[in-house]
Amino acid sequence: MIKNISNLGDAALYCDFGKEVNKDINTQVIKYFKTIQKKNIAGVNNITPSYNKLIISFDLKKINFNKLKKVIDNIEIIKGDSIQNKKFEIPVCCEKEFSLDIKRLEEKLKMKEEKIYEIFFEKEFFCYMTGFIAGMPFLGDLDENLRAKRLDTPRVKVPKGSIGLTEQFANIYTFESPGGWNIIGNTPLNIFDSTKEKEPNLINPGDLVTFKRITKEKYQNYHE
Amino acid sequence: MNKNYFEIIRAGINSTFQDLGRNNLYHIGIPFSGAMDNRNYLLANKLTGNNHNDPVIEFAYQGPHLKYHGDKINIAITGDVSFKIKKSDNPIDGECYQSFILENGDELDIISTNKSVYGYLAISGTFDLKFQWSSCSTNTKAKIGSNNGEKLSDNQKINVKEINNNFVNGKLNYVNTKIENIRVIKGTNFNYFSEEGKKIFFKNEFKVSKLSDRMGMRLEGKKIENIVDTNIRSEGLIKGVIQVPADGNPIIMLSDHGTIGGYPKIGVVVSADYDKLVQLTPGSKVKFQEVDLNSAETLFKLYDLETQNLISQI
Repeated sequence: MIKNISNLGDAALYCDFGKEVNKDINTQVIKYFKTIQKKNIAGVNNITPSYNKLIISFDLKKINFNKLKKVIDNIEIIKGDSIQNKKFEIPVCCEKEFSLDIKRLEEKLKMKEEKIYEIFFEKEFFCYMTGFIAGMPFLGDLDENLRAKRLDTPRVKVPKGSIGLTEQFANIYTFESPGGWNIIGNTPLNIFDSTKEKEPNLINPGDLVTFKRITKEKYQNYHE
Repeated sequence: MNKNYFEIIRAGINSTFQDLGRNNLYHIGIPFSGAMDNRNYLLANKLTGNNHNDPVIEFAYQGPHLKYHGDKINIAITGDVSFKIKKSDNPIDGECYQSFILENGDELDIISTNKSVYGYLAISGTFDLKFQWSSCSTNTKAKIGSNNGEKLSDNQKINVKEINNNFVNGKLNYVNTKIENIRVIKGTNFNYFSEEGKKIFFKNEFKVSKLSDRMGMRLEGKKIENIVDTNIRSEGLIKGVIQVPADGNPIIMLSDHGTIGGYPKIGVVVSADYDKLVQLTPGSKVKFQEVDLNSAETLFKLYDLETQNLISQI
């Protein structure tokens, strides 16, 4: 449930679901997101779910903070609308040219490369949200032994398809972008396709994701 | 067959097609985009008799140099811009907020914006563009929007789909003013910063850095000290949010911003000041001034009334 609603500037509601981050809280956030989306409230421009927050931005010409807060305070969450969990297996190549930060991680985590990959590839991840750049999935939770901070200085260009780790999450760079996550491999799979307007994202909040290691040869000959 | 088109002799620094932007896509990571300076965008369309949401060309600093081929067409430029119109060997200085007629073979040379960043070129009619999610707005980072998500390039052609017959003889007396005090509402992480840091934010001057584009504006000044955590759990952003990363220098989110971010939010620029904010050139000095939500809403009403008033004068 929403614990508190405050204003983010003059044209957005900041809905706080509490300090904790886990699947249950995030599922609540997504349920609110879907309910509000279906309601088609006049003036609402964008609804952004994240781990434990929901930000609703609006057109100040059509509605204001107090009016929209009243609507959200009294909203009834659609029941029985369970979130569909699609499952994906993402192929990842971990050759040197793709695993840009594996040495850094070996050092920070005090763990051998083989062990890092072993733990990483065993895990099933949950997609908490998508964004930052188009279609980028934020996947959790990373094994506690694999948690490291962002790079001290973010890269200006992280290659498309890079798999990054930071803190309790993994992500996939859907296109070349600046970024500070620890890169451990690269997928040949296209995660975002802007020509598919209805569903440009391969992975959506609530989906389950595993990664599968592939050889360089397979990577180079990969067809979707 | 497109018999009416513009030939791009020089594309300019960052010339893109823009309109009102896209809604309801933040949750998949696609930002709002759209014209940075909304008022000047709307005025450009009104001056050429277009719909208020028609595509225009937005340019930054140096605009495009175009040669027109086709039937008579009206154009208008808004912002604070120097440009020339060349009819045969006889170039004339153009004026902003006034419509001009271009005929076959005429050239339009948008030389530069003055003490501002963005200007707008509208034509009386529609460009032949591909829309994505009901908007032409080009987001060059995500490669979304018209022109394959790219900025305009030299020697390219821009086709005109249709010329409207509303030959408005539009003219408006309007002068853009430069903002010095940016009004902000305290952000959701305002208390992450030390008393000294908060004081610096509201009392000191900040300089707009060169590292500013359609995604964000970086500012330089006295370091704003964080006493809680230099990272927050990633959460949604909106345009106008001022984040302060570990280096203590504020970054303001602009129209093509990342939809999610993990730096503490010290404040949010009020909607009324957004158009003027984006026009600040690198090196400009600004101060932040605190306002509450009620005042921000009133300021926006005034801003919107003024915009509507200007539109109705055309």
